[in-house]
Amino acid sequence: MKIAILGMGCATCDKLEDTVRLAVKEAGIDAQIDHVKDIKQIMAYGVMTTPALVIDGKVVAAGKLPSLADIKNMIGGK
Amino acid sequence: MAECCTTDNGEKKNLNYYVPFALIPLAVVIYIFLERGVDFFVYEILKQDKSAHLTEAIRFFLYDTPKVLILLTVIVFVVGIIRSYFSPEKTRKALEGKPLFAGNVMAASLGVFTPFCSCSAIPLFIGFVESGIPLGVTFSFLVAAPMINEVALVLLFGLFGWKTALLYASTGLIIAIFSGWVIGKLKVERFVEEWVYEIKAGDFQMEEQKITFSDRIQAGYAAVVDIVSKVWIYIVAGIAVGAAVHGYVPENFMASFMGKGAWWSVPLAVLIGVPLYSNAAGIIPILQALLEKGAALGTALAFMMAVIGLSLPEMIILKKVMKLPLIIIFISVVATGIMIVGFLFNWIY
Repeated sequence: MKIAILGMGCATCDKLEDTVRLAVKEAGIDAQIDHVKDIKQIMAYGVMTTPALVIDGKVVAAGKLPSLADIKNMIGGK
Repeated sequence: MAECCTTDNGEKKNLNYYVPFALIPLAVVIYIFLERGVDFFVYEILKQDKSAHLTEAIRFFLYDTPKVLILLTVIVFVVGIIRSYFSPEKTRKALEGKPLFAGNVMAASLGVFTPFCSCSAIPLFIGFVESGIPLGVTFSFLVAAPMINEVALVLLFGLFGWKTALLYASTGLIIAIFSGWVIGKLKVERFVEEWVYEIKAGDFQMEEQKITFSDRIQAGYAAVVDIVSKVWIYIVAGIAVGAAVHGYVPENFMASFMGKGAWWSVPLAVLIGVPLYSNAAGIIPILQALLEKGAALGTALAFMMAVIGLSLPEMIILKKVMKLPLIIIFISVVATGIMIVGFLFNWIY
């Protein structure tokens, strides 16, 4: 599974990365986590609000910090 | 405002969603009886001398702090629910293909309700430009979004009354509409970094999730937790300073340099306010004290608009997508608008 966090270094974006790492660890899933900070790449996903969360190329959340439980659902449901 | 984005707290999902609606009437009752309660407490229980400076300061603090915090919580909750109906993506769609002036009016109005934080200013700016929304319209949004926010309106309403709050919101909107319109007329496209135009944004792939009403209430909760936890300390500190000024600074102390007679006070207030950055929460209680001591309303409003509407951190963020001349044009046009409003109010009142 490929997970990308889109964010240009705001505090909430870093928090999202931490939460995602924790969720992956707790769910025991093998995933590659990237924190995309380049604006051109971020825009390629078509989001206008950061942080955004992308799982396997699909934007699943934008402009908010999903809870740990929500993220586990998102990665667990794949 | 720099406060970034709403946090979503999953653990609250089991709460009864009707609780807040029961609490709102309770808040109203407390709000209505607060002044009498505080008077009774200060004069009858503490047996403070009515004419002493300290009594006045204590009374001011005890009355204003709960009043403002109650108002803030209720309004932030309601606005959080309203905001869940808006998103930058929807706003962009609404603005596509709108003619210049009507576009400015819409962009400014949507700027008030669309959830926005300065950390998302760049993707938002690029997203707007990329879908062909004119720069002038985009700027109307960028001016209105931070300047007219619920925290500012709550505090103005709570401390100055609904007329001042309405005045602030309407003049803020007018400034946003006309600044954007003027910038649009100036043909500033060449001052946007070239790479912005080369970006091909992908289609937004996120499926529109079904949002239930309880999700929206959830969003209201989240907004309260997020905003109130961040600003309460500024409000309490601001009211404390305000209380001290209220009790101790002599009447008309501010009149000589922030009063009506001093015409230069408006540009000076804006000049000082632009680089200063504070959220509305910290600045308004202090303004109240200044106004009471003879500062003119127009000068005070201009100062506040400059502080919360134009901020250095946001300019630094925007510098990544705009060349310096555009930043300067942006600041000067908006600052001019703010000054006109300041002069106008000093002249009317």
